[in-house]
Amino acid sequence: MNNTLKDTIAAISTGPVEAGIGIVRISGSDALKIGKEMFLPAKKIDIFVPRHAYLGKLQDNGSYLDEALFTFFPGPKSYTGEDTVELSCHGGSYLLQRVLETVLKSGARLAEPGEFTRRAFFNGRLELDQAEAVADLIGASNEAALKLSLSQLDGRLSDRIKKLREEILKETAYIEAALDDPEHIDLQGYSDILYIKLSELKDQLQKLIDGFQQGRLLKEGIRTVIAGRPNVGKSSLLNALAGMDRAIVSPYPGTTRDTLEELIRLGSFTLRMVDTAGIRNTSDPVESLGVDRAKKEMEKADLAFLVLDAVSGFTKEDEEILKSLSGMKKIIIWNKTDLAEAPIEPEGISISAKTGKNMEQITKNVSDIIFDQKLILSDASIILTNLRHKEAVSEALLALDQVCLTIQNGMPEDLYLPDLLNAYGALGKISGEQVGDDLINKIFSDFCMGK
Amino acid sequence: MDQHYEENYDVCVVGAGHAGCEAALACARRGLETIIFTVSIEAIAFMACNPNIGGSSKGHLVREVDALGGEMGKVIDKTFIQSKMLNTSKGPAVHSLRKQADKAEYSKAMRLVLENQEHLTIRQGEVCELLIEGEDHHIVGVSSYTGTIYRAKAVILCTGVYLNARCLTGSAITNTGPNGLMAANHLSDSMLKAGITLNRFKTGTPARMDGRTLDYSKMIPQPGDERVVPFSFSTDPETVQIEQVPCYLTYTNEETHRIIRENLDRSPLYGGIIEGTGPRYCPSIEDKVVRFPDHERHQLFIEPEGLYTHEMYVDGMSSSMPEDVQIAMYRTVPGLENCKIVRNAYAIEYDCIDAGQLRLSLEFKEIPGLFAAGQINGSSGYEEAAAQGIMAGINAANKIFGKDPLILDRSEAYIGVLIDDLITKENHEPYRMMTSRAEYRLFLRQDNADLRLMEYGFANGLISEEQISGLRTRREQIKQEILRLKNLYLAPSDRLNEILSSLGSDPVKNGISFASLLTRPGLTYSSLSSLDPSPSHLSERVIEQVEIELKYSGYIERQKKQVEAFKHLEKKRIPEDIDYNLVSGLRLEARQHLIRQRPENLGQAGRIAGVNPADVNVLHVYLMKRYKAQ
Repeated sequence: MNNTLKDTIAAISTGPVEAGIGIVRISGSDALKIGKEMFLPAKKIDIFVPRHAYLGKLQDNGSYLDEALFTFFPGPKSYTGEDTVELSCHGGSYLLQRVLETVLKSGARLAEPGEFTRRAFFNGRLELDQAEAVADLIGASNEAALKLSLSQLDGRLSDRIKKLREEILKETAYIEAALDDPEHIDLQGYSDILYIKLSELKDQLQKLIDGFQQGRLLKEGIRTVIAGRPNVGKSSLLNALAGMDRAIVSPYPGTTRDTLEELIRLGSFTLRMVDTAGIRNTSDPVESLGVDRAKKEMEKADLAFLVLDAVSGFTKEDEEILKSLSGMKKIIIWNKTDLAEAPIEPEGISISAKTGKNMEQITKNVSDIIFDQKLILSDASIILTNLRHKEAVSEALLALDQVCLTIQNGMPEDLYLPDLLNAYGALGKISGEQVGDDLINKIFSDFCMGK
Repeated sequence: MDQHYEENYDVCVVGAGHAGCEAALACARRGLETIIFTVSIEAIAFMACNPNIGGSSKGHLVREVDALGGEMGKVIDKTFIQSKMLNTSKGPAVHSLRKQADKAEYSKAMRLVLENQEHLTIRQGEVCELLIEGEDHHIVGVSSYTGTIYRAKAVILCTGVYLNARCLTGSAITNTGPNGLMAANHLSDSMLKAGITLNRFKTGTPARMDGRTLDYSKMIPQPGDERVVPFSFSTDPETVQIEQVPCYLTYTNEETHRIIRENLDRSPLYGGIIEGTGPRYCPSIEDKVVRFPDHERHQLFIEPEGLYTHEMYVDGMSSSMPEDVQIAMYRTVPGLENCKIVRNAYAIEYDCIDAGQLRLSLEFKEIPGLFAAGQINGSSGYEEAAAQGIMAGINAANKIFGKDPLILDRSEAYIGVLIDDLITKENHEPYRMMTSRAEYRLFLRQDNADLRLMEYGFANGLISEEQISGLRTRREQIKQEILRLKNLYLAPSDRLNEILSSLGSDPVKNGISFASLLTRPGLTYSSLSSLDPSPSHLSERVIEQVEIELKYSGYIERQKKQVEAFKHLEKKRIPEDIDYNLVSGLRLEARQHLIRQRPENLGQAGRIAGVNPADVNVLHVYLMKRYKAQ
C-alpha cells in the first residue's frame, strides 16, 4: 500500500472519450523534473513561470511523441497542493497512453483512482464539507476499479499470473522455511538453482511486457508511412495492400489534424497508413509543405515502407530518403520487379504492386520487423492491454532483477526475500490480491516445520 | 463470600510461568506492590515442553526482552548446558541464538530472582474470580479458591495452558495442567461472566526417556558452539565459556510411520476427542505422518533435560497416542530400541482468549486494568510468553502511574510483530514467532536489540543508568566510526590492489572509500584492517554494528524507506469514540470488521482481514475531516 508516500503520481486526467485535447497530469515533488525531462520547448526557457503554458515537443528518449503545451503549477497553489505539471496533448487515446508511459518510465507512479483528489484534500485544497464527497469518490472508484480490473482480466492472463506468483511464493517459502528451521532445511547450492529459475520467470515477465507493446500495436494499428520518390509506385502499393483485404478499408479522419489515415488489415494485424493523402497527391504544388508534414509523420510512425523503383535503380535521391529514415523500423520494397530485376543493394523485397507479385512477403516482413520475429499471437494470445497491469509486471520484473543482483553479489539468502515478496505483491495487484498470510500458509503446507 | 480475608496490592499477576515472571518483575522493580500467584511454587518458570530457549526468531525475542530489562536472558545465561548460534551462514538479520537449558536449574534460578525481588510477594493458590466494578467495568482485584480477596489496581492474567486444561494420552484423560500440575478450573467461568470470549487451543509434548536406556552410538552427536555468545547484553561473555553437553540426532523411519498409521483410530486427535486447534508449527508425529505421507523419515533431536538427571527429551516426536503405541513407535527409532519412558507424551487442551479483545498495550478493551500475556493470548513458546509478559507488566505499571502505554510497532521489534499479529489478525492456532512474520527484519536483528529497545527499558525504569550510558556511548561510537570509514579514501596503489587480490577481490583503478570496499562480498572490517592508517580501537560489539550497517547499507536504506511509509499510517491514531457507521464511503464488509476490531491506528486498520487500502483511505479522509473540524 503506497497511498501515503509522498511520491510523484501521474495519470491521464481527461476522460476516456476521444477529445480534441487530452491532459496528462503529474503531481508530486518530482513533477517538474519528470516533466522537463521529456519536454523540448519551442523556445529556450530558463525558468518555467508558474501557470504559464509553453509550447514544445514531447519526446521519449529522443523519439518524438507529440506537440504539447506544458504548464507548471507549483505547490501549494495547485489542484493537489503539490508541484504539478500538466501536459496538454493533441489527444487520441493512443498518444496519451504513450505520453503517460513515458512519464511513468521517468519515475512517476500511476495514480490510484481518486488519488489526485485525495491528495488535494489532505493538502487542504478542498473545503471540509467536500470530505464526504472525496471519501465517496475514493470508495466508488475503488469498487469501479476493482470491477473494471477484473473484467479486463483475461482468464488466461490471470492463470498465467497466478502460476508466476505461485512459483515466486514457492521459492520464498522454501528460503523462509530454511531460515526458520535451519536444522531441517539446507540452503547449500540453492542460490544457483534459484538464479536459473528466476531467469526463466524474468523471461516470462519480459514476454508479457513485450506483449503489451505488441498488444497495443495490434489493437491500435501500426502507424506506417510510405516513403519514396515520386512515381516509384507508392499509391499503387497502397492500393495493392488495401486490395489484399477488402474487409476494412475506410477513410479515417485523424483526430487533430487534417491528415487522412487509412486502416489496412494485413493478416492478423492492422496498418494505420498515415498521411496517405499527401503521398497520393505527389503533384502537390506546395511541395515543401507536404515534405515537411511527411517528415513529421515519419517521426511518429512505428514503421516505414521505403518504396524503390527497380527500373531506375537506387538513385542519389533514394539514398537521401533512406538516410532520413535512419533509426526507424523500415522495410525496403523494390517495386516494378515485373519490369526489371531488383538491384542487390540495398536489400529489399521484390514485388510488383501492379501484378501483385510477392505481396504476401510484405505481411511476413512487417510481422518480423515489428514484433522482432516473436509475434506473441502464437503464444496463446496472452496479451496485456491494461497499463496498470503492465506497470505491475514491470515492477515484478524489476524486483526479480534485484534478487538476481543480490545473488550475483554473493549476498546471504535472507536478502533475497524482500524483493521476492515485492515481486509477489506486484503481480498480486493484477488480480487484486493482497499478500496477507499467503507466505505463512505456504510454509506450513509445503514444509514439515518445527522440532 | 461473607467472611473473608483481604489484602491490598498494586498489581496482581495470575500465573508464574515465563510471562508471569517477567510481568511481575516489571511491576515490582518500579516499586509497585505486586503479588504473583502460582498453582505450585515448584512450578515457577517451569519449562513444560522443550528444554531450550531461543532459536530462530525466538532468540530475537529473548534479546529484546533483555534490552527492555527483562530476566529471561540473564537466567538462561546462568543455567544453560549447550549454546548454538543458528543460521550463521546467512545474513546477520537471521542469526539466532539458542541455548539448551538445565530445566530444574532454570526454574530454580528464576524463583530465586523472584524471591529476592523487593515489593514482590509469591503466593501459591488458585485464582478463581475476577473482581470487576463500576460503570466502566474496571478490575479491582481477584479472589482465590481458598476465599481471600486480593485487591489490586491492575491484574495481569498469565495463565498459560492451565485454564480448564486437560491432558490426553490415548483415551487416558486427566483434567490437569502440564506434568500433572493442577489445572485452573474456575477462572474461565469468571472470565466468561465478565464478557471475555474464549477459544480452545491444543498443543503437545513428546515423551521423556531414561537416558541410560538409549544407545547414543546409533545417533549423531550435536555439539554446541566453540565460542559461546551470551543472551543477555549484561552478561560478560567470559563467564559463559563452560563445558557443554551434546544433543543427538536420529530419525523416524517407515516402521515408525506404519505403527502410527495403523493406530490412528486410537489417537485422540484423529479419533475426534480433541476439540482444540493445534499448531502447524511443531505438529505431533501423528500430524506429520498424515500431512506429509511422502516423507520417508522425520528428524529427531534427543536433548538432555538437565545435568543432574538422565531424562532425555525426544524433540520432534510429540504425540497423544495411547501408551502402548507410544512405546512401540519410539522403539522403532535407531538408538531408542530399548528405551524406557520416564514421562509419557501427551496432548494438552486449554482455554485461551481471542486476543482481538485486547488493546496493543495488552489491556482488555472492555475491562480497564485487566491485562493478559502469554499462552492465554493464543501464543505458544516460552519466549513469546516472556515478551508479552514484560510488555503487560510495563503497561500495567504505566497505567497505574498515569503514563502512556509502551507500544512497540512492527518496525521496532519482533515483540511488536508478535503483539500486533496476535491482536490484529485472526488467529486459529497457537501462534509461534517466525522470522518470516517480520517484514522489517533487516532492522530487527538480535545483535542490535539493545540499540533498538534499551532506551524504552530505561524510560520504564527497568534499565540502569550505567547500562544506558554504556549504550549511548556505543551508539555514538558506531555513528562516528561509520562516518570515519565513509570518509576514509584509499588511493589506488599496488599495495592496495595486492591486498585486495590476496582477499580474492577485484583491483581498483580509482580511489575508493573503506566503506565501499566493505560492501564487496567476502571483505570484512578485520580483513581490511591493514588498509586502515589509523584504526579505532573499538569493542567487538561496536565493530559488528559498523560492519553490518556498511556491508548491507543498500538493503538497509531501502528498508528504511519502507519503514517510513509504514510509520506514516501507524502514527495516525483512530479516536476510541469513532462511530464507523458515520464514515461515509466505507464498504460494508470493512465497516463490520472495523466495528468488531476497533483498531488503534490506521496502520493496524489496514492489517485487519477484510479491510483494503481504499477503505483505509476513506477512513483517513474521515479522520482528517474530524481533526480539522475540531
